[in-house]
Amino acid sequence: MAEPGGCASSAPLVGGDAEPALSEFSSPGRRASSFPSLDVPYRPLELPEAVSRVPRLPEVAEHDLVMHYTRLAHRNFAVDLGAYPLGSCTMKYNPKVCDWAGAHPGFARLHPTTPAHLVQGALEVLLETERILCDLTGMTRATFQPPAGAAGELTGLMIMRANHTANGDARTKILIPDSAHGTNPASVTLSGYEAVEVPSNHRGMVDLAALQRALDDQVAGLMLTNPNTLGLFEEEIIEIAEAVHEVGGLLYYDGANLNAIMGIARPGDMGFDIVHSNLHKTFATPHGGGGPGAGPVAVSGNLVRYLPGPLPVREEGGNIGWEMPSASIGRVHGQHGNFLVVLRALVYMRALGGEGLRRVAERAVLNARYLEHLLGDRYDLPYPSICMHEFVTSAKSIKHDTGVRAMDIAKALLDRGYHAPTVYFPLIVDEALMIEPTETQSRETIEALAAALVEIAELAYRDAEAVKEAPLRTPVHRPDDARAARNLQVTWAGRREE
Amino acid sequence: MAARRATRPAVHREDVNVDFTPHTDKDVAFMLEALSLSEPAGLFAHLPSGARLDHDPGLPESMSELEVMNMVDALAKRNRSDLICFAGGGYYDHYLPPVVSALTMRPEFVTAYTPYQPEVSQGVLQALFEFQSMVCEITGMDVANASLYDGATGAVEAVNLAVAATGRSAVWVSRGVHPRTRETIATFASARGIEVVEHNLVDGKTAWDDSAEPAPAAVIVAQPNYFGVIEDYGRAEAVAHAAGALAVASVDPMTLGVLRNPGEAGYDLAVAEGQPLGNPLSFGGPVVGLFATTAAHVRRIPGRLVGKTVDRDGNTAYVLTLRAREQDIRRAKASSNICTNQSLNALAAAIHLAWLGPQGLREVGEHSAQKAHYLADRLVELPGVELANGAAFVREFAITLPVDSEGVINAMAERGFLAGISLTGDYPDLPRNMVIAVTEKRSRAELDGYVTALKEVLAHG
Repeated sequence: MAEPGGCASSAPLVGGDAEPALSEFSSPGRRASSFPSLDVPYRPLELPEAVSRVPRLPEVAEHDLVMHYTRLAHRNFAVDLGAYPLGSCTMKYNPKVCDWAGAHPGFARLHPTTPAHLVQGALEVLLETERILCDLTGMTRATFQPPAGAAGELTGLMIMRANHTANGDARTKILIPDSAHGTNPASVTLSGYEAVEVPSNHRGMVDLAALQRALDDQVAGLMLTNPNTLGLFEEEIIEIAEAVHEVGGLLYYDGANLNAIMGIARPGDMGFDIVHSNLHKTFATPHGGGGPGAGPVAVSGNLVRYLPGPLPVREEGGNIGWEMPSASIGRVHGQHGNFLVVLRALVYMRALGGEGLRRVAERAVLNARYLEHLLGDRYDLPYPSICMHEFVTSAKSIKHDTGVRAMDIAKALLDRGYHAPTVYFPLIVDEALMIEPTETQSRETIEALAAALVEIAELAYRDAEAVKEAPLRTPVHRPDDARAARNLQVTWAGRREE
Repeated sequence: MAARRATRPAVHREDVNVDFTPHTDKDVAFMLEALSLSEPAGLFAHLPSGARLDHDPGLPESMSELEVMNMVDALAKRNRSDLICFAGGGYYDHYLPPVVSALTMRPEFVTAYTPYQPEVSQGVLQALFEFQSMVCEITGMDVANASLYDGATGAVEAVNLAVAATGRSAVWVSRGVHPRTRETIATFASARGIEVVEHNLVDGKTAWDDSAEPAPAAVIVAQPNYFGVIEDYGRAEAVAHAAGALAVASVDPMTLGVLRNPGEAGYDLAVAEGQPLGNPLSFGGPVVGLFATTAAHVRRIPGRLVGKTVDRDGNTAYVLTLRAREQDIRRAKASSNICTNQSLNALAAAIHLAWLGPQGLREVGEHSAQKAHYLADRLVELPGVELANGAAFVREFAITLPVDSEGVINAMAERGFLAGISLTGDYPDLPRNMVIAVTEKRSRAELDGYVTALKEVLAHG
């Protein structure tokens, strides 16, 4: 039988009492901090706007802090504890050598305004990572300023706008598939465009005929993830790109799913003009409980002039300086983006090399295909198409037959030592369970995860209440979301009146 | 065996292939067979040929970990990370206790995703709830989100919130707000047709023009401003509220133990570059944007918000709340497009704030201010050096030099100092100016060494 592999059933996600808030450990006069005594002559300063009451921060000893945060850590699941098949999030194992690089004092201690000639190593990191990213995506140049995928989207859309405006051709609409990630339409609104949804066809891909009907001279561009959010490769991508280009629109590639195609296919070759990559998904920088990530934006040929700046540029003599692209949309971050995340990504890319990155894509797809295969017909497959690095399955029949919903299945997986898949996304699939095992899970883990999913499906038919009761082994059980929103308490100072 | 060693080196290039996957050749063959495939390429057979890569993209070969680490070390040697830092502008070299990274780098925090499944995310959720609580304590606001990308993008979100709250499409921004923040606001405002009206500085402080047009959604002041100057909180607040706008303060969190907070000063919104809390300088990122506002605006707040509730057994539990504001629910009508944020940096900020405590926050502010004034007093004794304005400051101040400040910064670097930030490029009307930041970390020897070095630099022209 299969070994449990990435199942964290032994992980100390202990139940019992809640961890008190840090403020509850506070005792007046207790402290953790210490500073050298003032070694310059003291002089009274008459400051305007002087503080009247020092903020009521907790007063705790260092050991209080360490115990508190260690106990909090024990109440959290993570990739380093077990499998985390959260679809669209690419929760792969992040090599520790990348953490080492991200904390390297030779980079971490650099002030962002240090003149270029004194930070040549850092600028080399940016240029080198940019070159690999552009070679992988088939683009010309990239900016690392966008600190996350959504910031990359907004940047790309502003580049589209700048391009159309420069052509004297202000446009109003951006097309997005109905399966798109929520950041896509939100970014469209923030960039001053109107988001228009394009339906998917019965195979889970962009409906080319519907797309053609939606295309006109007001369409600034199309945003697409490929593989799309159903984990399916858009097989008509070449025709889609031609159709969008025909009306003068541009193609934006949402890099959320780049992990599936590294070294296999490139957005640039498919006809995309603008590409963002999620370094925190594909290039093994950890998610940190929600961030930081990095969402560099790469563009093809004539769009380079609109990139945010300044960009590092190699000057005559080999030194690297900063230069503003000629028609730059401006700055999208206070400094150079999430630089240390870029450094981590470079370490990952250089360790793996081109061959390793291609093997990552192969094994990410292999794991997803194998897991999908092992699930057989225990869950519904909403589309008949072949999946890439992730797949969307549905608990529609299970819900119909037993009343057990996708969320119940997700909670039951938590009890079995796995993180849950993404649920209820994409929105076009009823009772969606979006599963992305990633390449860093072993065959044994995939088999054990499949067995757990099958077992839960069988349990639903045998004893539906047992699934609906889940989770039982986690620190808390089904928190009351409605109450949280109704009796809003967002600080330990207590509820504030609206 | 010996013969084999003679013909084959012990390590082949292909053995160095690192990819951090656990698959053996046998695993791959077994899994492919289950899928009725004979080789990995079969996984991609359904991709249209026009979309498939048909040539070698020229990517580098793989390297062993040791080789990669040597590469990083070699690149790091080409950075002057050894310079004694007197540069600020939102990013400060404060003392960062080892306990911050020891706790922040725990794998349970580092390798978790956004806490969508609260049952197995109580650690991150509670830590972010406590971050929100402490940000509210230091800013005097009612509600803070669970972090934004940085101070500049925080200011952009403040503009977005104010535009949504007032229905207006202009903002007034002090020229004392960080130039990079103003540039970032300009980029995003331009895409949405929001007009940015900048207000000038006189003797280091914002001289607000009450009669400026068009009417603003927000009035944004920096406290202290880019020159280190302590602005008149009351004046900017009065200008904002008389104009029917939201009063927005971009604050420096490490001064909030000595300067009063924007909540007390009647502001509607506070944003900050949170780097000095818990995060190394990091060449400017990843850092953390703080965003806090009054209860009146809680439903317009961008990004993640953690709320306290109970679970089905009545036990305390934390969840992401007011989710209907967010992009994955509200899509095109969301209050912001932010998804991935800076949670780990927020965690570091929270741990550092708790380590500081009220006494520590006050001491950092006071020691920094004492040392900044000590250095300022010594510097103005140098021939041709004077303070750029007569306004009060805390730990950062602007000086006017007898020569171009960029040249001085380069010459000071040769003497081991990152002397400050030149104002030449950003304020062409203020030539030969430089802003100097002094943290509690700078010793008297370093301050005296700075004065000696600058004296030499100026003497040698």
